[in-house]
Amino acid sequence: MQKIYTRMGDGSVTELSESELKQDLEEGTRDAAERGKVSPLSEDELSYLFDIYSAPYRFVSVEHGNEVVLSYDAATLKIRRVGVSTHRIQSLQIYEKILGADTAEFDHVDYSFKSVKPIIAYEQTELEQALLMMTIPMFYGAMPNLGSYTQPDGPCPNYADLMPQGKISEARAAQEEAMELAIKDMVAVGSAMYESGADGINFDTTAAAGDPDFLATLRATELLKRKYPQMCIEIGMAGEFILGMHGELTYDGVRLAGLYPHRQVELVEKAGATIFGPAINTNTDKSCAWNTARAVTFTKACVKNSHIPIHANMGMGVGGLPVVDQPPTDAVSRASKAMVEVSRLDGL
Amino acid sequence: MASAHSTASGMGGMRTAGDLVARMQMSRGMKIKEAKEYVANKLKVSVSALSDPVLMSEMREDLNLGMVSTSLFPGSAKGIEAKFRIAELLDIEINCVNRFKDRIGGKLRVL
Repeated sequence: MQKIYTRMGDGSVTELSESELKQDLEEGTRDAAERGKVSPLSEDELSYLFDIYSAPYRFVSVEHGNEVVLSYDAATLKIRRVGVSTHRIQSLQIYEKILGADTAEFDHVDYSFKSVKPIIAYEQTELEQALLMMTIPMFYGAMPNLGSYTQPDGPCPNYADLMPQGKISEARAAQEEAMELAIKDMVAVGSAMYESGADGINFDTTAAAGDPDFLATLRATELLKRKYPQMCIEIGMAGEFILGMHGELTYDGVRLAGLYPHRQVELVEKAGATIFGPAINTNTDKSCAWNTARAVTFTKACVKNSHIPIHANMGMGVGGLPVVDQPPTDAVSRASKAMVEVSRLDGL
Repeated sequence: MASAHSTASGMGGMRTAGDLVARMQMSRGMKIKEAKEYVANKLKVSVSALSDPVLMSEMREDLNLGMVSTSLFPGSAKGIEAKFRIAELLDIEINCVNRFKDRIGGKLRVL
């Protein structure tokens, strides 16, 4: 029997038999279902994923009519990352005119609200110029990045140092202090960029520092939507599971630690966000098929439980993509098609 | 990676009507099906036509909604000009268009 060419979650090439591929898909969806307490994929859906992953082609795509909207986090930063020497406005034009992007995102290379606040006037002026030249909708994006508020980088005691010393209440107090500062920065920067004309604000890599990071973002979203009801806010996550770094934080009576995407989206909606971006982590020891089946299972449950558009994160290391700097096209296109056509989401 | 996703499952941005569908998600919180149907209805085309770069290039040229190959169409709407027309077509508020109007709308007063 011919072996199926595929990859592991670290990007390395591997070959699977048909039965091994089927087993990986079944185990991937089962893992998500058990962890998230959501429904596993049906036999038909697993069969569809099998067809996608057993296809011999280098590249696969969705069927005509199934295309979705693509939003891009850290767009201008990524052109800089690969060493292309362009001005940020030129980077946005590359996304708009060359990459066929449906939306673009203006951002600073130090991609955090805290870092951007002192130079906000420069960010506003350049965004205003970009908006004159661009036609596609534009986000301003940055990370809540609660960790940047701790010593030695920030003013708050470092809770990662306090916790191993057993100073739990001090660590929690430090997180709460950091949260208040982060909310102020997110609201200040979000307001300024919206006043300059941005179509939306993207809180990217939300909850990277756990439950206080998530709560700060939800509260900043609430405040911004109260101030600007028409503002589009996208909340994109850092990972699939809210880490309980504090452990006792709640939003609208719901404990944040331990929430998976289908529960995260409920709170994101309550806060007033417009678009939600779940991020499902990739396991490098498992095949891309296993990872995609797992990511699609979590995302499908999230789509089913949401009233707002869902744009799954599908960069390197999330959404069934391998954890490599240059994700192979065969892996990206398979995960892309699988995610769109099985989870029935609204964008990536 | 961005180009792989765009080719595999993206609407196509300004090559098609991807930016218009995105605007309905962003301004009205519409899911993809509803957003596509809304834009198709406004353009009086089928939903499947929204992702066709040939049909949509012609449509964008006819309606002056901004195009990819702007150098081939001197005098066509670009950037903020196209967004004025998109706001009118889709019957939505576009933040930077409104702020542009505010900035140029005030009376010039020389002290």
